[in-house]
Amino acid sequence: MLRKTFHGGVHPADGKKFARDIPFQTYLPKGDLIFALNQHIGKPAKPVVQKGDTVLAGQIIAEADGFVSAHVVSSCSGKVKAVESRTTVAGTLSPCIVVENDGNYTLAEGVGTQREASSLSNQEIVEFVKAAGIIGLGGAGFPTHVKLMPKNPEEIRYVIANGAECEPYITCDDQLMRTAPEEIVAGLKIMLQLFPNAEGVIVIEENKPEAIAAMEKACAGQGKVRVQAVHTKYPQGGERSIISVVAGKHLKLGMLPADVGCVVDNVATIQAIYRAVCKSEPLMERGFTVSGDGVKNPCNLMVKIGTGFAEVLEAAGGFAEGKEVQKLICGGPMMGIAMAGLDVPICKNNNALTVLCEDPVAVAEKQQTACLRCGRCNQVCPLGLTPQMMAVAAERKNYERYEKKLYGLECIACGSCTYICPAKRPLMQLFKQAKAEIMAAKKK
Amino acid sequence: MQGMIIATLVVGVIGLLIGVSLVAAGKKFAVKVDERVEQVRACLPGNNCGACGQAGCDAAAAAIVNGEAEVTVCPICDEKASKEIGRIMGVDAVAGVKKAAFVRCAGDCEKTKEKCNYVGIHDCRAAVLAGISVWECDYGCLGFGSCAEACAFGAIRVENGVAIVDADKCTGCGRCMAACPKNLIELIPKDKKVAVRCSSHARGPEVRKACTAGCIGCTLCVKQCEEGAVTVEGNLAHIDYDKCVGCEKCAEKCPAKIITKL
Repeated sequence: MLRKTFHGGVHPADGKKFARDIPFQTYLPKGDLIFALNQHIGKPAKPVVQKGDTVLAGQIIAEADGFVSAHVVSSCSGKVKAVESRTTVAGTLSPCIVVENDGNYTLAEGVGTQREASSLSNQEIVEFVKAAGIIGLGGAGFPTHVKLMPKNPEEIRYVIANGAECEPYITCDDQLMRTAPEEIVAGLKIMLQLFPNAEGVIVIEENKPEAIAAMEKACAGQGKVRVQAVHTKYPQGGERSIISVVAGKHLKLGMLPADVGCVVDNVATIQAIYRAVCKSEPLMERGFTVSGDGVKNPCNLMVKIGTGFAEVLEAAGGFAEGKEVQKLICGGPMMGIAMAGLDVPICKNNNALTVLCEDPVAVAEKQQTACLRCGRCNQVCPLGLTPQMMAVAAERKNYERYEKKLYGLECIACGSCTYICPAKRPLMQLFKQAKAEIMAAKKK
Repeated sequence: MQGMIIATLVVGVIGLLIGVSLVAAGKKFAVKVDERVEQVRACLPGNNCGACGQAGCDAAAAAIVNGEAEVTVCPICDEKASKEIGRIMGVDAVAGVKKAAFVRCAGDCEKTKEKCNYVGIHDCRAAVLAGISVWECDYGCLGFGSCAEACAFGAIRVENGVAIVDADKCTGCGRCMAACPKNLIELIPKDKKVAVRCSSHARGPEVRKACTAGCIGCTLCVKQCEEGAVTVEGNLAHIDYDKCVGCEKCAEKCPAKIITKL
C-alpha cells in the first residue's frame, strides 16, 4: 500500500485553473539579458567575461567558485554590456552580467552534440551536469552536481522526481510532465545509473491527472521507474514531505535526504540533466508560469534565463484590463517573494510570476489580533514544530530559545501556519527574520 | 536554673568558636579588592550599554583599574566624570572627543516616494529581509524605527519617515548603528558643524528620480574645501573629520543642501 500524504499541511485555493491547460509557448526576449551571479545557493560564480566581449548562447560566462557553486551560462548570443550590480528578485543589488542580445541565438561550439548516456561513467555524468550550470529548478536553487555526489551512492534507495507542484497558481511543471514525459524519464534513468540500488519515483499530486497519465505512459516498460500519485495538499512538494511519503522516513535534525537514502530533484531539473548529458545543452531556458487574476492571458512560457519579468508579463498580454493590480509575486502566493517592480531578471530558480488583484497580506494585516492559542499552527506544521511558541520567542527576540529549545532553524518557511492562523499573525515573516538574524550572528 | 546556665554557656561557647573561625577564615581567604574599582564604578553611568567594548560598567571599571582600558574608555561619561576617573587612577585624563550618532538620510515622506505598499512586521530588519525597498531610494531610511527601539537613552525619534537623532541626548554608544540594516548611522564628533545627510551611491540622475534630497556627487563641496576634508567617492560626498575645520563653506555651496549644518 503506497502512502498518500504526510503529517500536517493545508489546502489553500490552488488557483491552477488560470494556466493549467495552456501549453508552453517559447518566448524569445527582445531586451538585454541579465545574469545574476548568485542565482544558486552557495558562493556566487566568478565572471570569466569582460565588458565588450562577444558571447554565444550556451557559453559559460561565469564559473563556479568552489564546490557548492554553479556556472552561469549565457542564454543568448551578443555582446557583454556590463559587469555590474543590478537589482534582483530578492530586492537587493547583486553582481550581474548584462548581455546585449543580438537576437540570433547563435549556439556555442559543442552545444547540441548527441551522446548515449549508458556509455558514460558516473564521473562524466556529474561533469556534464556541472558544466551545464544546473541547479535545483524547484525554487531553492541548490547546485545539482553536489546532490549527485553523496557520500553513500550505494545506500540511496529512492531517486525522487518532484512533480508535486503544490504551490498554488504555478503550472509549469504540470505542463512539462505533459509535454516532455520521455525526457523526464530518460533523465531519471541517467540518475539511476549513478545510484545502482535506487528506484526512480515520480511523485505527482492527484490534481494533475493528465500529467499522471502521461508520466505513467512514459514509465511503462522502463524498469525501475514508477509514478506515485499523492493527495493534493500543501506543502507536498517540500523535500521532507515528499521523502516521508515515498520512503516513510522522517528527516531528523540536521539530516540531509541522502542520510535516509533519498535524492530529490524537481522534474524540470531532471529534464535539464537529460538535456545536459544526452544533448550537451546547458541550462538556458526553463518553464515559467505567468498567472493570477491580474494577468490578461495567463500562460506557461519557455523563457530564456535572464529575461526581464516586465517582458514576460508583456508576453502574457500585460495586466488584466479594468482591474487594479495589488500584488506582484515572484513564485506562488505561499512561498513566493513579493516584488516592488518588474525591472528584474528571471533567475534559474524562478518558476512563476503571480499577479493578484487583492493583496492577501494587506487584508490579513487589517484583521490581525493577538494570538488565540488555538494551536492550529502546531497541527498544520509539516515538520511538527510549534509555530505558536516560536512566534513568541521570535517576537521577544529570544533567539536562543528559538534555536535550541524550539528548533526554529528547521522551519522551511512554507507558510502553512500563517495561512491557517485565525488571528492573522505574520508568523512566517517572524520566522524568516529570526532565522536570518541567528544565521547572521553565527557568521560573526 | 542550672540547666539554663549550662545551655547558655554551651551555646555561647559554640557561638564564640564559630565567630573566631569565621574571622580567621575571612582573613585567610580574603579576596583583595582594589578599592579604586568601586570608586571608578561610581563614576561610570551604570546603564551597561557596552559602548566601551566591555561586558558592562562593572567590567569596564575593572578593566580601567587593571590598565586594560584607557581611563577615557567610556564614551558616555561627561568631562567631570572622566576627570574624576583620571584623579582616582592618578593620570591626566584628557576626555576624548564626544561623538553623537547621525542618520545619513534626509529622504522623508515628501522628498522621496513610496515605491510599494509594504505590509508586514513594522521593523526595519524584517522589511529588508522581505526583499522590498519600501522607498524609491534603495539606500535610504526605512522609518520603522529599529534604531529608536535600540536606543537606551531615548535619543532617536522617527519623524515623517526618517529617523532623527537628538545629539544632546545621544551618548554615542553605537547601538543604533548595529540595529540599522541600511548602515545609515555614523558617529560624528559633537564639536563638528557639518555632516553629509545622504547615503546613496546611485548615479546622479537615478538619485534625482528617487529623492529630492539626495547627493548627486556634483563635487561642488570638494572644490570649496580648502583643507581637502571633503571627497566624493562612489557618487557620494564624504567628510574626513580629522581634517575638517568647520568653516561650513561646503554646506553653504551644496545645491541640494545635503551637507547640513548641525
